[in-house]
Amino acid sequence: MFQIRCPYCGPRDEPEFKYGGQAHVAYPADPEQLSDEEWTRFLFVRDNSRGRYAERWNHAAGCRRWFNVIRDTGTHEMVGSYRSGERPEDAR
Amino acid sequence: MKRLAGRGRINQDRTISFTWDGRAMSAHPGDTVASVLLANGIRVLGSSVLMNRPRGVVTDTMSDPNAFGQIGTGESSEPLMRLTQVEVYEGLTAMSRIHKGVLPTGTDTGRFEKRHAHCDVLVAGAGPAGLAAALAAAEAGARVLLVDEHPHLGGSLLGEDVVIDDRPAHLWVAEVEQRLRDNPAVTILTRTTVFNVGDQGAIALMQRVSEHLPEAKRRGRALRRMWQVRTHELVVATGATERPLVFPNNDRPGVMLAAGVRGYLHRYGLVPERAVVFTTNDDAYRTVLDLINAGVDVTRVVDVRPDPQGWLPRRARELGVEVRGGSVVMDTTAAADGALAGVVVAPLGGGETELITCDVLAVSGGWDPLFDLHHYLGGTARWDEQLLAFVQDNVVAGQRVTGAAAGIFGTTACRRDGHLIGLVAAEATGFGSATSGPAAPEAADVTEQAPADFVRVAAVDGDESHSFVDHHRDVTMAGIERALNSGITNVEHLKRYTLVGTGTEQGRTAKVNAGRLAADHFDLDFHMIGVSNARPPSQPVTFGSFAGRALGARFDPVRTTAIHSWHVAHGAVFEDVGQWKRPWFFPQGTEDMDAAVLRECAAVREGVGMMDASTLGKIDLRGKDVGVFLDRLYTGTMGTLKVGRARYGVMCKADGMVFDDGVVLRVAEDNFVATTTTGGAAGVLDWMEDFLQTEWPDLDVWLTSVTEQWATVAVVGPQVRTVMSTLAPELDVTQDSFKFMQVEDAVVAGMPARVARISFSGELAFEINVPTTSGLAMWEAVFAAGEPYGITPYGTEAMHVLRAEKGYFIVGQETDGTVTPLDLGLDWMIADKEFVGRRSLRRTDMLREDRKQLVGILPVDPNDRLPEGAQLIETAEYEIPVAMIGHVTSSYESAAMGRTFGLALVRGGRSRIGETIYAPLLDRTVAVELVDPIIFDAEGTRRDG
Repeated sequence: MFQIRCPYCGPRDEPEFKYGGQAHVAYPADPEQLSDEEWTRFLFVRDNSRGRYAERWNHAAGCRRWFNVIRDTGTHEMVGSYRSGERPEDAR
Repeated sequence: MKRLAGRGRINQDRTISFTWDGRAMSAHPGDTVASVLLANGIRVLGSSVLMNRPRGVVTDTMSDPNAFGQIGTGESSEPLMRLTQVEVYEGLTAMSRIHKGVLPTGTDTGRFEKRHAHCDVLVAGAGPAGLAAALAAAEAGARVLLVDEHPHLGGSLLGEDVVIDDRPAHLWVAEVEQRLRDNPAVTILTRTTVFNVGDQGAIALMQRVSEHLPEAKRRGRALRRMWQVRTHELVVATGATERPLVFPNNDRPGVMLAAGVRGYLHRYGLVPERAVVFTTNDDAYRTVLDLINAGVDVTRVVDVRPDPQGWLPRRARELGVEVRGGSVVMDTTAAADGALAGVVVAPLGGGETELITCDVLAVSGGWDPLFDLHHYLGGTARWDEQLLAFVQDNVVAGQRVTGAAAGIFGTTACRRDGHLIGLVAAEATGFGSATSGPAAPEAADVTEQAPADFVRVAAVDGDESHSFVDHHRDVTMAGIERALNSGITNVEHLKRYTLVGTGTEQGRTAKVNAGRLAADHFDLDFHMIGVSNARPPSQPVTFGSFAGRALGARFDPVRTTAIHSWHVAHGAVFEDVGQWKRPWFFPQGTEDMDAAVLRECAAVREGVGMMDASTLGKIDLRGKDVGVFLDRLYTGTMGTLKVGRARYGVMCKADGMVFDDGVVLRVAEDNFVATTTTGGAAGVLDWMEDFLQTEWPDLDVWLTSVTEQWATVAVVGPQVRTVMSTLAPELDVTQDSFKFMQVEDAVVAGMPARVARISFSGELAFEINVPTTSGLAMWEAVFAAGEPYGITPYGTEAMHVLRAEKGYFIVGQETDGTVTPLDLGLDWMIADKEFVGRRSLRRTDMLREDRKQLVGILPVDPNDRLPEGAQLIETAEYEIPVAMIGHVTSSYESAAMGRTFGLALVRGGRSRIGETIYAPLLDRTVAVELVDPIIFDAEGTRRDG
């Protein structure tokens, strides 16, 4: 069971959160301009890397805010978390 | 074994009794079942799992591979309990079932609890290292949780005759315990096992709260308590376990581990009549000296090393014990009951054999540090050539291993290391400084002679089928060799093939030997082979412990509407929709479900019906940009909605698949209410919140779930205007004044209400929304007003039939995450604007003409009702395998049409209207005609009454 630092509420147990997949994958600004391949890549293709990974979490049973977490997918180390609009380098 | 008066940490002044296989046993407070059996001369506990060999107690700890039994009777009976751990109490019943238990089949009556806790430093194990670590960390200021599986603190010290600071060790333990108990920041949990270590210091504990007490004294107390602890630092001080040796017939009851023999002496006052000791190291001589001290005849020490000259062997010799270096036990003999009668001793490498009579053979093949907890988060181990043992290889963040678990042997060295580790752990949590902390205990342990690197005595006749590597699983040297000769080169494969290291005992006494024997077989360095990995849980944990008190009604929350009590009082049969209880149908008299649903449907089509629609999700949206926001989510336009109007909408996920649907009401310029499906409400709110927070934070929109704030009574049917006029005389419900999809605030039955003309049945309908607190009153008022017209309450099943007659799909019934709005024939709802998922609707796959599309189905036999989920195929005659071209999503009997009908998803279905296809069932094949999904009232004339 992870302990995740909500940037608004502080460290809490994993059951309070909902996972939201890879961070920094924006909904395309003008989907109609994308080719089928580009659109498909947005829909279905995500990084699946070992090491530090930026991912989205929602404090569903708390403040209900979405934020980002840097987690090491190899060791499950929670490197830090940061708010929407902040940079990954700001994670703490 | 026999009991010595005045010895052991038991109360010999009091006698208690319990039964073993129905036989009364005499015990003392402080005994375990294992110690009592030994004291009562029960050497054979039962027979082994595969080979039916007689087996007995091997040691006094958790590592015993044989000492398992069934404890208790009836529904609270538990299988495979560790007899070395089960404390006896008056009235205990235990049964000999050492390798296979019996599962009770009824309801477990034991009470299980859960608790959460936080600490800075969690110390697992209260031996010399753990105690020293806990004390150092606590006195540096850290909050400490000290956990030990025994009833008392002290760990290995309980089973040894050791002096600390010039006094018996137990006095040192008592002093440390007192200092810890006096510290309010320290919690001590005995009879508690760490069974899992998770990420970020999540530690799971199992505490045996009252299971060591007689039933009468357990009243009101939990049997066990599961702790979920979050700790900053974990100190693993779980000690070490002695390793047996492999030789022919090494499994006879009476062959024990050397430390176990002295453990039974010091803890329970039990000694053998005549003992032989077989060892590869100096430590076993402590057993020799302690037994001699207790007046036991230690006939012979058989030491593998050619010339044992450490201080311990020398001391043994001085006391007159015959120490024979360079020799081995090459076989054992059995008494009539199968227990040990004697051992055959011979020089290492062959020579003259000698038979020595004894009732106990104390064996030591060295010591294995126990640091399973280190492995759970990816910790690794390396083989230490000096120690001849595995020790930790890497550091796991937030964890430290100390004492014998770290390969540090000797009480003084363990205390010193534990002390330092305790200071370091405290410092890591922000307390004290490890470098300036109080000094560690002085004085060194006396050094011992190096142990011999020795595992196994080969059988003289080459028959290795009675040389046991894993007693618990009956894995012999022959079995290991068979596996290795068959090509297995990996210990994990060896484990699965032979079962070595599996089962309840998990190979604490077997794994290392198995790995070393494999290494020998291939003539490899041991570190190339290793041992199989330890995985949680470290001990079996019952399901009851995980469930805790979340049983029965507390298993999952139940949501009921404000009108629930009325439904119950009127005999509703309920359906679970998510966590909601919804009336499914209201049977009258002896009606079955089909009859009730037909009656309810007919009432709605011909007169007037009412239903509780309170469970529909309701999301209140406020802000100046709500219209823009909804336009981006729904396939249709919502921003153009006028105040006081409602519109039906469908939402897709980015992949273009239908996600949810519902009616959106605009109640003010900057205030909309979106209704969702009952089951989808929470997901829709989360999804909207996600877009607002992460994609469009610039939009001025605020979301609130108001599902539970409103109760909704739907009043439906051709006679509804009459009922509404009675209820709300001031509200003009004529067609010209109150149009379809119009929303009005009005007083209904004297209560302020929001009334909307929304229909999910195709009939003229009004939905009356009131605050939840008025829900029941409104329902009763509607029922009373409608009674003269035979108003009929109906449930979800009738609602489903009525909407299916109109071809209205249900999310999750007609859709399954692979269905687009186009597949449902909702082309007319795709507005000319961007919305989430729109781009997906023109992906190549979405444009295929053979996609499954929503159609209506009419079985050619109007009385034949298909099961929902039935597959559809092209032809009446078929051979398996046959291509499926669709499936039935809804299937009912229609009161209005007097026949059965359904909805289905069929490949290219819309262009096949009028054709006949087939549903192959187990007992028949049903011909069905494909029709337009709107089967009833296609012109929609009934909507306006």
